Amino acid sequence: MKIIVCVKQVPDTSGKVAVNPDGTLDRASMQTITNPDDLNAVEAALALKEETGCKVIVVTMGPPPAEGMLREILARGADEAVLVSGREFGGSDTYATSQILAAAIHRIGVEKDDIIMCGRQAIDGDTAQVGPQIAEKLGMPQVTYAAEIHKDGDCITVKRMLEDGYMTIRVKTPCLLTCIKELNSPRYMSISGIFECYDKPMAVFDYEALKDDPLIDATTIGLKGSPTNILTSFTPPQKGAGMMLPGAEKADCEKLAGMLAAKHII
Amino acid sequence: MATFNNTDLAAFKDVWVFCEQRQGKLMPTDFELISEGRKLADELGVKLCGLLLGDNVEGLAKELGGYGADEVIVCESPLLKNYTTDAYTKVICDMIEQFKPEAFLIGATNIGRDLGPRCAARLHTGLCADCTHLDVDMENYKNFLRESSTLPEDRIEATSKAKVLGQDHDVSRDMKMTRPAFGGHLMASIICPRFRPSMATVRPGVMKKAPFNQAKADACKIVKPAFSLTEADIQTEVVEVVKAAKKLVDLVGADYVVSVGRGISRDVELGIKLAEELAAELGGVVGGSRAAIDSGWLSADHQVGQTGKTVHPKVYVALGISGAIQHKAGMQDSECIIAVNKNETAPIFEVADYGICGDLFKVTPMLIEAVRAAKAAK
Repeated sequence: MKIIVCVKQVPDTSGKVAVNPDGTLDRASMQTITNPDDLNAVEAALALKEETGCKVIVVTMGPPPAEGMLREILARGADEAVLVSGREFGGSDTYATSQILAAAIHRIGVEKDDIIMCGRQAIDGDTAQVGPQIAEKLGMPQVTYAAEIHKDGDCITVKRMLEDGYMTIRVKTPCLLTCIKELNSPRYMSISGIFECYDKPMAVFDYEALKDDPLIDATTIGLKGSPTNILTSFTPPQKGAGMMLPGAEKADCEKLAGMLAAKHII
Repeated sequence: MATFNNTDLAAFKDVWVFCEQRQGKLMPTDFELISEGRKLADELGVKLCGLLLGDNVEGLAKELGGYGADEVIVCESPLLKNYTTDAYTKVICDMIEQFKPEAFLIGATNIGRDLGPRCAARLHTGLCADCTHLDVDMENYKNFLRESSTLPEDRIEATSKAKVLGQDHDVSRDMKMTRPAFGGHLMASIICPRFRPSMATVRPGVMKKAPFNQAKADACKIVKPAFSLTEADIQTEVVEVVKAAKKLVDLVGADYVVSVGRGISRDVELGIKLAEELAAELGGVVGGSRAAIDSGWLSADHQVGQTGKTVHPKVYVALGISGAIQHKAGMQDSECIIAVNKNETAPIFEVADYGICGDLFKVTPMLIEAVRAAKAAK
């Protein structure tokens, strides 16, 4: 049994974000982090590794510097890493990305008792689409929004969150799960993990390595092949300045309430 | 690879809306999507169809007509009673391959965002996630950009054409799907020029619901095509569906929202109590920023922002919220925004109609008192 975890390196959108004059993101000025939901997926995999002794392989698609993120996850306890990287893959939308990652997972090999794990969504695109689309390409069942995962033989029971409650879903391996932050608290790297992470196997799959995989259609990957195209991108305009009530005194609050009442807002 | 040819764009017409039901009840977002779908269908000059899956759900269909559906396709089976990815994907993809709609909208609920990508991958088409604005008509789209972007006029005009596989492509019949990205720092308009249907999941609470029209509801046609679905098609088993015991806060439907942020950290209990009192005085509900939810002060259903809910109440009061862009993405379209924050440079003041720079623990009780007095005086 093994668990394959898909992770993504993303710009940290919680901090200061700079936008270029042409409306694209100034990535150079931003810190990169491992996508937060993906760390919950990593933690879920490591917890199952402790329970079952299975192997954990972490996979990412990204530029060569994403290797650093993979080493950090190896230092947390993953066993092997795969970096899917190639100029031909750049600019892929979710459909194209899922195709490439599905081919990479296919090449690693999926056996009867394996689990694929992803984070629910990445904070740069916020699409939550790549996980389900990998599952479709691999022809395996998916359970998204996993808040609890229990394994009993080849049967996985998942607490799947809804806005107004939850579902309990049972599924057989192999399957794909997407994880949310309620699932667990990700562990840190250990000192011994940091020492060992450079000795653990790291494979690089480029376009040549994946292009003949039956799951890849060379005409629907990368910026050109992606089914969706960006027509334009822009920044929302700043709203005009409102009225500041400087004093923060009783009279100011009364003035404000009076204005709201006069406008029939309250 | 998909077995059906979806590159012959002319073979596709009509706008479809997936109408999600849970436990035999339509979701509020269905009516928003039908209303928006009506606009798109009119711009394209085609029919608007609802797609309703479930067990004994035909009775729900006519109501969708009252918001603008010309027709509702109803697929009923005991195997469709509870949502499963496999059953719903199979039936929906079969219907799409058979009837070939050119645009397909799905509510971006936890179910819609499970279903949409799976369908798009099977149909070999593009899907744009969590959209907040949709257009077909180019003039409407350009006017939207003039209002909602800082783009210069020449770049707005240039959106009529896109380069697709190196060729000039006329986008006038493509659905322009606009959504926030990078936590709300950027907006992007996406098209799916080469494949059909063009698919979008649409953020709940954003599109405006049209007024209900009984005559249209009566005139709505119900269609029940044959489909095949067996237990063997479904690889997951729904053991139970549990509704949250606690009543969840209805942020999206509220006219008044009082939200708290990191600023209440000095005394969380008192901060929430003050927000509740002010909300009660206004007749509204309490929300929170991501900081308030991540700190465990409020449950996740209270979260306003890019990763939470989008609200546009009559009045939005932000207490001790600095106004990170990801929060603003969820509340900046409120009719009136009141911000209370100690820091006069807090970005929340950039979107506030009224700002009070001061200590929320001191200001809020005075505000409650003032609102009470102003209401009593009316």
